[in-house]
Amino acid sequence: MNKSRQMLATVVVYFVLTVGAIFMLLPFVWMIITSLKEANEVMSMPPVWIPSSWEWSNYAEAWAKAPFDTYFMNSMIITVVVTVGELITTILAAYAFSRMSFYGRDVLFVLFLATMMVPGEVLLIPNYVTVTEFGWLNSYEALIVPWTASVFAIFLLRQWFLNMPKELSYAAKIDGCKDRHILLYVFVPLAKPSLVTIALLKIVGSWNAFLWPLIVTNSVEMRTLPVGLTSFTTEAGTIYELLMAASTMVILPMVLLFFFTQKYIVAGVARAGIKG
Amino acid sequence: MNEQPTWASTAKAFVYLLPAFAIIAVFTMYPILSSLVMSFYTDYDFFNNEVYAYGFGNFVELATDPSFRTALLNTLIFVIGVVPASILISLVIAVLLNSNIKGIRFFRTSYFLPFVTSVVAVSIVWNWIYHSDYGLLNYGLGLFGIAPIDWLTDPAYAMPALIILCIWKGLGFNIVIFLAGLQGIDRNHILAAKIDGARGTRRFFHIIVPLLSSTTFFVTLITMISSFKVFDEVYALFSGRPGPANSALTVVYYVYQKFYSEWEFGLASAAAYVLFVIILLLTIVQIVVSKKLVHYQ
Repeated sequence: MNKSRQMLATVVVYFVLTVGAIFMLLPFVWMIITSLKEANEVMSMPPVWIPSSWEWSNYAEAWAKAPFDTYFMNSMIITVVVTVGELITTILAAYAFSRMSFYGRDVLFVLFLATMMVPGEVLLIPNYVTVTEFGWLNSYEALIVPWTASVFAIFLLRQWFLNMPKELSYAAKIDGCKDRHILLYVFVPLAKPSLVTIALLKIVGSWNAFLWPLIVTNSVEMRTLPVGLTSFTTEAGTIYELLMAASTMVILPMVLLFFFTQKYIVAGVARAGIKG
Repeated sequence: MNEQPTWASTAKAFVYLLPAFAIIAVFTMYPILSSLVMSFYTDYDFFNNEVYAYGFGNFVELATDPSFRTALLNTLIFVIGVVPASILISLVIAVLLNSNIKGIRFFRTSYFLPFVTSVVAVSIVWNWIYHSDYGLLNYGLGLFGIAPIDWLTDPAYAMPALIILCIWKGLGFNIVIFLAGLQGIDRNHILAAKIDGARGTRRFFHIIVPLLSSTTFFVTLITMISSFKVFDEVYALFSGRPGPANSALTVVYYVYQKFYSEWEFGLASAAAYVLFVIILLLTIVQIVVSKKLVHYQ
């Protein structure tokens, strides 16, 4: 291949990637631009790309128009508790499945894996009935408890644990370590990258969860950000600068999280692919 | 690990398993069976949780309900619209990203960003982009002399609008998985082809595509399964309606309507199970077909 051909190929690669990246980023850019416009600039053709004055007050106004502080707190509490809860149940279960021998282990594990086949939508209605019977409708319990264990996370962490040298736990056992100490002081620290990935995927998932919170909450006090945002669209109607300010506020925490932890999030997604 | 289990070790393991098992048993295993049973409820009193009659009535009703047929058809169109396009675009982008270029981090971040953002929030942003008079999309099309399209209010365009949004949202996830697959390919295969004088396109179709087939299979399966379950995007894009004239009514949206607005628990469970069976059958078909097409290194 000669030099000019090579150059041409590079130019084409950059061109395609750049055009693609523009399409991917434009909605976010447009969201932020709109969120900072004055009302009369929102609906104008051709579109205004740089607002004549930056209306930061749109954010304050959107925030004040709906109880976003409540939504924000709810999303925060739920995300943190669900993630911590899932980490605890996952660590314990993955350890049992990878390092303990017990009757029925393989049967139970297959049973766990089989549940991954069934789409969550099938579980929706019985879970709604269960939650109702527990008296949990419109409460944190309903929003948190069902999500504190995940077969997928157990599977992922079990794989990680299985790859750790057995000598590690034997040595610790000879030194008189109990299982719970081995788990806490040997396995958990060594599994950090995997645990961070599991936690991050859970944080993103529960921050953005919509259908379940929509169904099990019915008062403003219990709404999460995505649910609050959809009701805000009907309240705010077509005041697009406020809608875009609200959307930005919902999206921003996850975008920031992503920028600082992308290595782990991307690794987690990639690892999810490798098991196929 | 290789020790023989004893009752003592079983008891101890049970303590470790209990938290996860309790949650999964109550909120995953039990409901799988429960919703199957529920799909046979033909006369049910939700408030007292009493069942008066069982039968196949719900399935018969689904078969004759025109809106369920619409939902099925729409879902099918949606899947056909999203899956091949998404796979093709993400494969191309992943291959380009895999060539030794500068700025890969920036590009990867741009493509992946939609994945971490709230479906509801981005659907609201797209609702604004699709605005027929002031939306960015119609403005862009106008530059090419295309007349404004009523993306969200014309039944003919509601589904394409939904498909575009969902391809955009899911691209990054697929790209990352393809990249992982590409990086797993033994460089020697490609080098050997280069030495043999195979050009870029030939290398792509005869070396990369076959070696990547297990990844492609996985990505296709995951994209297909998640596409069959589309709901959040519909709800948020059309402000809590299934598109104009039910043009974006999907199966999960139908389940939601029957269950949450009409309190038809049996019918909704039956519809959810029909969806599950369809996904299961297509998964089996894909596995069988892939046995013939997938090459492992």
